[in-house]
Amino acid sequence: MSSRENILAAVKANQFSQADLPCLEVLSTLTATNDNLVEKYKTIGSAGGSFIYEVADYAAIQNILHKEFKPSVKIISGIKEMNEYTYVADVKHELSHSFADVELCILWSGLGVAENGALWLTEEDMTVRVLPFIAQHLAVVISKTNLVPTMAQAYEKIGNATYGYGAFISGPSKTADIEQSLVIGAHGPRSLSVFILP
Amino acid sequence: MSSNATKDHPQLAAIFNRDEPRVDWHDETLWWVRAKRDIAAHKLPEWELLRETASQIKNNVLSNLSTYLEQFEANAINNGIIVHWAATAEEHNKIIYTLLEKRGISRMVKSKSMLTEECHLNEYLLKQGIDVIDSDLGERIVQLAGEPPSHIVLPCIHKKKEEIGDIFHEHLGSAKGESDPKILTETARQHLREVFLTRRAALTGVNFAIAETGEFVICTNEGNADMGAHLAEIHIASMGIEKIIPERKHLGVFLRLLTRSATGQPITTYSSHFSKPQDGKEIHIVIVDNGRSIQLGREDFRNSLKCIRCGACMNTCPVYRKSGGHSYHTAVAGPIGSILAPNLDMEKYADLPFASTLCGSCSNVCPVKIDIHDQLYKWRQVIVKAGYTPKAKTLAMKGMAFTLSSPMIYRAAGKMGRFTFKYAPFAVNNGANPWYKHREMPKAPEQSFGEWYAKRKENKK
Repeated sequence: MSSRENILAAVKANQFSQADLPCLEVLSTLTATNDNLVEKYKTIGSAGGSFIYEVADYAAIQNILHKEFKPSVKIISGIKEMNEYTYVADVKHELSHSFADVELCILWSGLGVAENGALWLTEEDMTVRVLPFIAQHLAVVISKTNLVPTMAQAYEKIGNATYGYGAFISGPSKTADIEQSLVIGAHGPRSLSVFILP
Repeated sequence: MSSNATKDHPQLAAIFNRDEPRVDWHDETLWWVRAKRDIAAHKLPEWELLRETASQIKNNVLSNLSTYLEQFEANAINNGIIVHWAATAEEHNKIIYTLLEKRGISRMVKSKSMLTEECHLNEYLLKQGIDVIDSDLGERIVQLAGEPPSHIVLPCIHKKKEEIGDIFHEHLGSAKGESDPKILTETARQHLREVFLTRRAALTGVNFAIAETGEFVICTNEGNADMGAHLAEIHIASMGIEKIIPERKHLGVFLRLLTRSATGQPITTYSSHFSKPQDGKEIHIVIVDNGRSIQLGREDFRNSLKCIRCGACMNTCPVYRKSGGHSYHTAVAGPIGSILAPNLDMEKYADLPFASTLCGSCSNVCPVKIDIHDQLYKWRQVIVKAGYTPKAKTLAMKGMAFTLSSPMIYRAAGKMGRFTFKYAPFAVNNGANPWYKHREMPKAPEQSFGEWYAKRKENKK
């Protein structure tokens, strides 16, 4: 017998009689309050080390980015409206390693979570999987209508969507492995800026 | 860890306890993490409902594990993931080596996986000439120090920043005497970025594997799992059979509990869902049993398979905090590790269920409501019955049984004890007496209760 058959047979012999799955509905309805999601997102997201801006339009985002980043640095954008930067679809066939010198990556997220500041991005939003990790800085744009209260509603919204890869990103890359001192900028982006559109 | 193989928990704890200020510091640091967990938990009014729900989901998983494993496998294969099964640690290690060898890969980057620690993968691959670099900062630090992690979430919690500075100076060329966590982290960032960009293979653990969709989830704060996996040609994920959850929506329960219990964060920075390999690349998953199916069959201990590896039981455990993770001489230390280890080797880990005060704090903080302290108590009984208790303890218990079996012997022993305390206190107030450690011995009364009672009766006549 192969290990697969051995393991499955052992598991089958040792598992006990059927225990039912609990209902998740109570949990999602308990927390389904849509009051002040932007405020809550801002508070939690800032506490997690993100910079959060409520902005009126893409022009306002550009203004902020112009102040933060020199025009000479390599910036890749996954947002069509922000066309002064290299559009990600135009470079998607390049080797992932070639993005090691990207200073800023700007991506769109269609789902944000107020309770923990997390933003859901799928491979479709990223185009290149390594981009939001390898860039020195990350900016994510989201509409406030796409914020939900907790992870319970987030997975309701994701539903049975198919994706090759997806990630909740809730802040800049960080670590506290040295004497529990929080240090921002471990291996991934040194900052996360979140732009909330109306 | 081989040098520690012959020492048990009390002996190893005694080594850790030689440096009292460090013990206090270790104790306080972990209690601080535990306090952060409390703050995070109290912020959610539905916390207890979340714990109960998570526990019930895991109960359902354990009762249907074979079906879920097959379902996960079928869906993962459908997604283009290559699935392997390993009955033992050796088989797991061999599968990984074969995957690398076939491609002529001799260097691999690894993100955190306690399962690979359990299987001693690094040592195995090193013997085969494969260079493995751990990319989680804490794990990299202990790897450079030549030590195993001492905590499943905070691998180098036992190390001071000055010691880490010395290690980095020696291995990564940082300035001598540099101990600023910011500068040391930046040094590691530069060093590991080079590693990520040059490795063709990346290994990660698995936090959750979803039967319904065939995807798996990895949680990190540093983003090291993603840097490794997205840049490598081949991504190998090692998972224990108990990591399965039935449906994607159940992640909404577990991701809310995991980091709040671990560090007090509302979620990890990255919760990455791997469903399909990138174009032209491969994802392999190795599903490992290594004793888990046996534990599933032990009714008293099967709940330990619900564990989601948050480390809350360690952070709260008064024994762990004061004895250090290495004193447990097993990959998963602390209360939960003391339940898991005897399942693998009852004789080797017979000491661990005794490394507890049975105070119940571990059970109270467990996000999936494992009855940890009850299981520790039950293991003690199994171990005593199996005859694996230390010789000194067995002898002492036998001596006690003998003394208590006859009133005459009991009275004589009491008299002897009081005599010793009075006229030869040095015979008990010394290091050879474990009760003397960290406490003053009591003053012996002049007479026993029996003697006093008899005298009182006499006087009343």
